[in-house]
Amino acid sequence: MSENSAAAWQALTGRAGERAALLGAEGLPTRRVEAWHYTPLQSLNGIAWQEAPALEAATVKQRVEGLNLPEHDGLLVFANGRFCKELSHLPDCMDVQEYGDGSAVQPLLAGRFSAGLNAALRQPGARLHVPAGTDAGLIVMVSLTEGDGVSTHLHHSVTLDEGAQLTLLDVQLGTGQYLTNPQVDVHCADKAHLSHITQQAESHEAARLAIVGARVGERGNYDSFTLNQGGVLARQEVVTQLSGPFSNTNVNAIQLVDGARLNDLSSMIHHASPDCTSRQTVRSVLSENGQGVFQGKILVDRIAQKTDGYQMNQALLLSEKAQMNSKPELEIYADDVKCSHGATVGALDEDQLFYLRSRGVQEEQARDMLVQAFLLETVELVEHESLRDYLLKALPGHV
Amino acid sequence: MPAVSETREAVEKLAKSNYEWGFETNVEMDLAPKGLNEDIVRLISARKKEPQWMLDWRLKAFRAWQDMSEPDWAKIKHPPIDYQDAHYFAQPKKKSGPKSLDEVDPELLRTYEKLGIPLHEQEMLAGVEGAGQKTPVAVDAVFDSVSVATTFRKTLAEAGVIFCPISEAIIEHPELVKKYLGTVVPVADNFFSALNSAVFTDGSFVYVPKGVRCPMELSTYFRINARNTGQFERTLIIAEDQATVSYLEGCTAPQRDENQLHAAVVELVAMEDAFIKYSTVQNWYPGDENGKGGIYNFVTKRGICKGDRARISWTQVETGSAITWKYPSCILAGKGSVGEFYSVAVTNGRQQADTGTKMIHLAPDTRSTIVAKTISAGQSDSTYRGLVRMQPKARNGRNFTQCDSLLIGDQCGAHTVPYIESRNMSARIEHEATTSKISEDQLFYCRSRGFSEEEAVGLIVNGFCREVLKELPMEFAVEAQKLLQISLEGSVG
Repeated sequence: MSENSAAAWQALTGRAGERAALLGAEGLPTRRVEAWHYTPLQSLNGIAWQEAPALEAATVKQRVEGLNLPEHDGLLVFANGRFCKELSHLPDCMDVQEYGDGSAVQPLLAGRFSAGLNAALRQPGARLHVPAGTDAGLIVMVSLTEGDGVSTHLHHSVTLDEGAQLTLLDVQLGTGQYLTNPQVDVHCADKAHLSHITQQAESHEAARLAIVGARVGERGNYDSFTLNQGGVLARQEVVTQLSGPFSNTNVNAIQLVDGARLNDLSSMIHHASPDCTSRQTVRSVLSENGQGVFQGKILVDRIAQKTDGYQMNQALLLSEKAQMNSKPELEIYADDVKCSHGATVGALDEDQLFYLRSRGVQEEQARDMLVQAFLLETVELVEHESLRDYLLKALPGHV
Repeated sequence: MPAVSETREAVEKLAKSNYEWGFETNVEMDLAPKGLNEDIVRLISARKKEPQWMLDWRLKAFRAWQDMSEPDWAKIKHPPIDYQDAHYFAQPKKKSGPKSLDEVDPELLRTYEKLGIPLHEQEMLAGVEGAGQKTPVAVDAVFDSVSVATTFRKTLAEAGVIFCPISEAIIEHPELVKKYLGTVVPVADNFFSALNSAVFTDGSFVYVPKGVRCPMELSTYFRINARNTGQFERTLIIAEDQATVSYLEGCTAPQRDENQLHAAVVELVAMEDAFIKYSTVQNWYPGDENGKGGIYNFVTKRGICKGDRARISWTQVETGSAITWKYPSCILAGKGSVGEFYSVAVTNGRQQADTGTKMIHLAPDTRSTIVAKTISAGQSDSTYRGLVRMQPKARNGRNFTQCDSLLIGDQCGAHTVPYIESRNMSARIEHEATTSKISEDQLFYCRSRGFSEEEAVGLIVNGFCREVLKELPMEFAVEAQKLLQISLEGSVG
């Protein structure tokens, strides 16, 4: 570890106390660590990250009200890593379980830096439990962070019993130069269905190392969609394991990166059972000096015969200085499988632009239309109708 | 420079004493003592009667190598290699080759027969004396570490083409070697290239002057013969403006229990409007079914399109070796230059292959194409690993990549690890990859028409690889098709 990395590291290990061992000894990952090659964390080194202080209830209330959230059945609010009980409510059908040890999901995330950091500095987050056969509707979870040089490390767990259903909208926002490091442990039992939509709208100065670990049982479904549009350096990591036969997962995302920011979507889809399917569409729009990163791996175990995996990663570069790095990866040990991935990187299609221009559409407007069309296809993958509308509203300002 | 020549004399003396002390001689081989140190590097250089600058270059590489560690990022597994437990120089003794094919190991001949190699080429391969004169292509045969025969040199010389062992080029064309050696693959580029730079013993050198189209295919056979030897050949091909050359490389090795190391370096330089086509059929001994023995093939191959509109095309059929670690690459530095990579990698038994390419687009209007076909059978593992990078100046750069994997049996693995990096908005990159098994329908179709299961698999696999095989020169394409079939023997049924 170099000398100037001391500030951040000392602060983090100091706060972790005896759990500092969970952080490992390597310091913040550099470019030399394969998993972080395109998203090195050196820029976080000079900051001594402190625990975020509590925010005033009135401020939090004002922020949440300003969000224009879709109609929902439950709301959970966290501010600077603390649960705001007075702003939160849950439907009757759901209970809040005691904090589990996350043993079902933890092995999935072993060796991943974001998970290690969360384990060392963990703050209790939401503990959602949907009983068997229940449809809990749409729950919104808002995590607000404000301040400079502070960090939060919320740990949420979402457990769906057999046949349960839930749609979770996970909204993350804030102001200032902070670091968020949330972890969500998901467990979908047999035939359970979780639709998990993450709207990442962190401050444009903030760093974010988010990680989701999901285990899916027989005929279960974990459907994830991420809208990555904030943070100066933001990684959303999604690790899903299809552990029961005939289960399914979707790991879709949109990344909108401008300024001199970097957004990263890293995923691992682990087919650990036969007859499972996975689908992934990730689209990135990079403008100004924006950098996009996509790292997606499909791992198919020897026993996971009849796997059907598909992964598509496309990026639009809208400026001379924009950059895209992607690494779609297949690791396959079963022979009777159908796995494919595709990746494209390029500018807007000149022919399409010409078509619109020749029909009297202004250049600027034509570009916007094409970018919108590019993104729309991905947003349409979200099943929940009112959420789809909500997400579409979140797009234009960035396009 | 009296000081330099004095040093040289001293070194030569030292080397000589080493030779007197250290050379173990058996019936067929002159071997340097086992181990690797500066004295061995000096010994190799002295044995090759190299000038001082070459020795300095080697020593620089050796010192760099000592500070480097073996790369561990590839998806391959092997016991640690003891670099001190090998001979770094082996030379066949003069006049010791078999007099005719009757004296050659019949097992080896059967393999050649299966491959359909013409008899005189078999003689070439088996090292029969006097063979080679009849071959239709110019051949430079490298047995163990030493280049033993280069044919058709006169015809080539008339066209102005230089084709000779690199050891000869170092002495006869030092200005060319000095100018280009190590410019594409720098001395300390990676662990294995540094090792090669320090101890390479021979290889081929090709120089095609301005405007010349090389009148025939150039070909090299590499063969590892002796036990416990590493083969470190070095190839340097230079095509001047508007020059064209096609180069074939064939590799074979007899069966041995030990793992043998092969760490070659190939450098290609293509100037304005030049075209270099480099084809490889690699069939080193892959080890037995239990994974015992076989060649470790750790090769660095890289070409640079220096001039505008230059073109470099790599074609490889990789069926052999216990482990393959190889990434033939193109640096597209000239405007409008073109890089191509066509590859078939077949693994069976317990073979491991981690192979692919790098296409580095530095200049505007550069184009690259990658077609990689991977076939895994038995208990083998095969990985495609590739990089496509568009640098900020690669305006209108274009890349198309297609990687297809075929799995035969449920004990093997096939992996795809592409890296795609774009720093220019007008550049376009497309990548697609698929993994599947041989379809039951196709198998049934062939079986119902009277093909045995093995024949059917062979047919289907050849169809799967067609796009790549058609890039090979004719005589190689035929050989490669048979090779695919042999490699997959015992993988079905």
